[in-house]
Amino acid sequence: MGTARLLLRAVLPFLVALPLLVLVQAVSPLDWAIVLVAMGVNVILAVSLNVVNGFTGQFSIGHAAFMAVGAYTAALVTTGFRGLEIGFLPAGVVEALVFAAALVAGMATASVAGLVVGIPSLRLRGDYLAIVTLGFGEIIRVVIENTRVLGQATGISGLPPMTNIVWTGMGVVATVLMARRLLLSTQGRALLAIREDEVAAEAMGIDTVGWKVRAFVISAAFAGLAGGLLVHKILLVTPRMFTFVKSMEVVVMVVLGGMGSITGSVVAATVLTLALEWLRGLEQYRMVIYSLLLIVLMLTRPSGLFGTKEVWDTLPRWLGGRRAEGGAP
Amino acid sequence: MTEFLQHVVNGLSLGTIYALIALGYTMVYGVLKLINFAHGDVYMVGAFAGYYVATALDVERSPSLAKALVVFVGSMAVCGALGFVVERFAYRPLRNRPRLASLITAIGVSFLLEFGFQLPSLRSQAESLESALFGFGLRLPDFLHRLALALPDSFPPGPTPRFFPEPFERVDWTVLGGVHVSNYDVVSLGVAFAFMVGLQLIVYRTKFGTAMRAVSFDARTAGLMGIPVGRVISGTFVLGSVLAAVAALLVAGSRPRIDPIMGLMPGLKAFVAAVFGGIGSVPGAMVGGLVLGFSEEMVAGYTVSSFRDGIAFAMLILVLLIRPEGLFGRVTVEKV
Amino acid sequence: MRLARVVAAMAALAAVACQTKKPEAEGQAGPAPAAAPSAERILVGHIGSMTGSEATFGQSTDNGIKLAIEQWNAKGGVKGRQLALKTYDDQGKPEEAAVAATRLVVNDKVNVLLGEVASSRSLAMAPIADSNKVPMITPSSTNPRVTKEKDQVRPFVFRVCFIDPFQGTVMAKFARDDLKVTRVAILRDVGNDYSMGLADYFLAKFKELGGTIVDDQSYKAGDQDFKAQLTAIKGKNPEAIYVPGYYTDVALIARQARELGMKQPLLGGDGWDSVKLYEIGGKAIEGSYYSNHYASDDPSPRIQDFVKAYQARFGSIPDGLAAMGYDAAMVAFDAMSRASEPSGVPLRDAIAATKDYAGVTGVITIDSNHDANKPAVVVEVKGGKSVYVTTIRP
Repeated sequence: MGTARLLLRAVLPFLVALPLLVLVQAVSPLDWAIVLVAMGVNVILAVSLNVVNGFTGQFSIGHAAFMAVGAYTAALVTTGFRGLEIGFLPAGVVEALVFAAALVAGMATASVAGLVVGIPSLRLRGDYLAIVTLGFGEIIRVVIENTRVLGQATGISGLPPMTNIVWTGMGVVATVLMARRLLLSTQGRALLAIREDEVAAEAMGIDTVGWKVRAFVISAAFAGLAGGLLVHKILLVTPRMFTFVKSMEVVVMVVLGGMGSITGSVVAATVLTLALEWLRGLEQYRMVIYSLLLIVLMLTRPSGLFGTKEVWDTLPRWLGGRRAEGGAP
Repeated sequence: MTEFLQHVVNGLSLGTIYALIALGYTMVYGVLKLINFAHGDVYMVGAFAGYYVATALDVERSPSLAKALVVFVGSMAVCGALGFVVERFAYRPLRNRPRLASLITAIGVSFLLEFGFQLPSLRSQAESLESALFGFGLRLPDFLHRLALALPDSFPPGPTPRFFPEPFERVDWTVLGGVHVSNYDVVSLGVAFAFMVGLQLIVYRTKFGTAMRAVSFDARTAGLMGIPVGRVISGTFVLGSVLAAVAALLVAGSRPRIDPIMGLMPGLKAFVAAVFGGIGSVPGAMVGGLVLGFSEEMVAGYTVSSFRDGIAFAMLILVLLIRPEGLFGRVTVEKV
Repeated sequence: MRLARVVAAMAALAAVACQTKKPEAEGQAGPAPAAAPSAERILVGHIGSMTGSEATFGQSTDNGIKLAIEQWNAKGGVKGRQLALKTYDDQGKPEEAAVAATRLVVNDKVNVLLGEVASSRSLAMAPIADSNKVPMITPSSTNPRVTKEKDQVRPFVFRVCFIDPFQGTVMAKFARDDLKVTRVAILRDVGNDYSMGLADYFLAKFKELGGTIVDDQSYKAGDQDFKAQLTAIKGKNPEAIYVPGYYTDVALIARQARELGMKQPLLGGDGWDSVKLYEIGGKAIEGSYYSNHYASDDPSPRIQDFVKAYQARFGSIPDGLAAMGYDAAMVAFDAMSRASEPSGVPLRDAIAATKDYAGVTGVITIDSNHDANKPAVVVEVKGGKSVYVTTIRP
């Protein structure tokens, strides 16, 4: 395929999404904007976690730590470059550029964190991996709480309110696109093979540890993106926002949607965010409901809502469906 | 020197708590190959059960040995029952499914206990429901209203911490020129050792123990050999939960703040201790617990004390990288 | 086919969720207020830690605010309009405070925001008050950053209490001049701005006055075991220990210190102020001192009237938090009665112009930093309650 066509295919979704998002942003009342942003952030989190838990079949429960790394990095960048001026450019554009740089920086540091955590952890299997990811999550939090530059337990406040529907929407597009491309690629097949039978995959010559680490790094990067977006909405970043409980909230979304289904993660994240908003009065029951949901799901329908199926498998070929090839991989 | 010895005493005291909880983890893992995430929360339930019994018996104002015993037995009974119920309804149905499902369920149970206990009391929940319905113009019939008022006012306890009254009188001794030891520390250590020895005896000298070991080697074959696998597993869970209750009461005496999330950290740390000592090994859990308590105390005392929680996890990662089977564990090879 | 049905169900659920109005989330504010037409009512928002480790902070403050509202409403309200309260529980978490603040200003459209007690939570609320132009008064947050971030005074945020640079020096002066000690150890809560700030200011002043800080240890709120840090401190032989934390932890620290045979008095700040301090600390906390906003045994008539009214309404003696909550609300309503409009910029200007307001916790004048310049009292824990010792002026 020609490079021009490749480039177009890569950029097209963003170009299509941008005007739509600007329109939505313009017409949404303030309290709706908050909910939509929360929804977007949760979708990014769920889809990114799905790459590790769903595609690769590894149980990671330290996702919030990568959010934290991305969030703090982005916060440091935006507060550090506050009031920056670049000659001829209007202030709004400069702010947007700084924010974009902040998010990218967040993704970069989060991926480094993913690498650091992934390399030792991914030699382990199942339960042990889960506990180690949890452990790393806690260690990262403890380190943040003890670092003066990061504001220790108080965190950093007074962040510029940059996140809105447009930014979040673009983030969602990027994440879903990444996940989908990954799933349908050769590299994605390696991950799926690891999920299905790791020993067999290793025997077939797939570098299982290497691929697991890569999945981890990608997942961490997008968690960092979500973190950066989230904190620029709440305007505050503290270590207590990124505890094990937060990691498990994302796990609930992934499990509910179906581990391995991007559509499932998107739907579950959306539904849970909306349900949370709607049931504001029942805030104290939220985690109780989540835990019951987990237990009931595991006992009755462990594959979640969508299992490993995707919505685009039911679409006609020209929109990306694969029906002729027999559905989900 | 006195300072160092005091740290040693503190560390051992901390370590025995981890050891007692770790014993429960190690037994369940040995039999089921399941990390019972909810174990730390059973410990929490034990503390609250003891608190409720102690409050009902008015231990605060008139403590006595008999009352202390009732508190212990009551709490142990509640935890044993809880362990049984959890195993029966949450873990048993998943016995033949991939282990991941059981782990997720275990986390679900853990959260259910933690957050369930943070709900406001049943009575105030009923009152909120009543006033919400009233806002919609609905009135509860009289008998339901009276039922609402009869609901307990202090269960669930809610997120605000409670303070456990001392089950038995605290006695402090000063030894070796300045080191302070209390009878709580001595009793905890003694109880932990007693349980460890008792458990070893059970596992290696009784029929039940042999059944436990058989199930942990190969559950299917053990079943074929006529061992009632279900009952053995239930029994293991109950035993582990009872130990957690004992741990909770010994802690509550000397570190009296109890709240619904008190089990999370000790649970995780006890798991680390069990892994360090070799998961599945009873003496391993004991040693692991003491080592962890000791290390935590030394780090907190001599370096930056706010890293104390991180120590446990650092230890875990090191163990899993260097010697994953732990100190006393057996090396297992994964077969295809 | 099945999938399509599921997706349709999800869409329907989402649609329903969008339509339904959000139910009234009353929090722990008490019974639903009688429905007066909302255009007539002035809505006061309060965010506090009604549950969690510092539950008495939020509850006491809420009571103080309620008392103020009831007293004003009994006199006919502000400019003929009745006052109503909406309280949200932040469970002691800054991120919850931020979310609650947004809800109060955007959804509930309150005229004024009261809260929080803890500086870390106030810091989370402040930017939201500023960007939505809703005046915010914190009753008891003492960290300077709450009203002033890096030399810029926050336009809509005020406080009616003193700040930590002052409070830290209060205890340092007391320790040197009144207790006449030269060697003090510090045990600070590393998870808490307030504690860290106070410890730093104390340290600086104490050294300036010629004292020595023999050890500086830290803990995290919620820790059960402080023996490691206390043993280290014991080895350095201090004459007193400065523990500027919150009452739950301080009480436990006191107990464990006594268990280790340490007899030194403990010193602290207004974070100690709670009836639970004596309940939990018992004998261990006796003979220790802390700085506070007011002392309930102060014989002045204004304070005693307040104490009696509070006792009649709530059945207990008001602690410092209740008194501060009361004063914060009173200042807000006083400003509302002077302002052209009881909200937004006019209200903000009226609050900023508050001068010599006779509050329960002292005479309140809002200075150019939006702070109140007030003296502090030092109290001693004696016989299961706090007893006035001395006043220290700025």
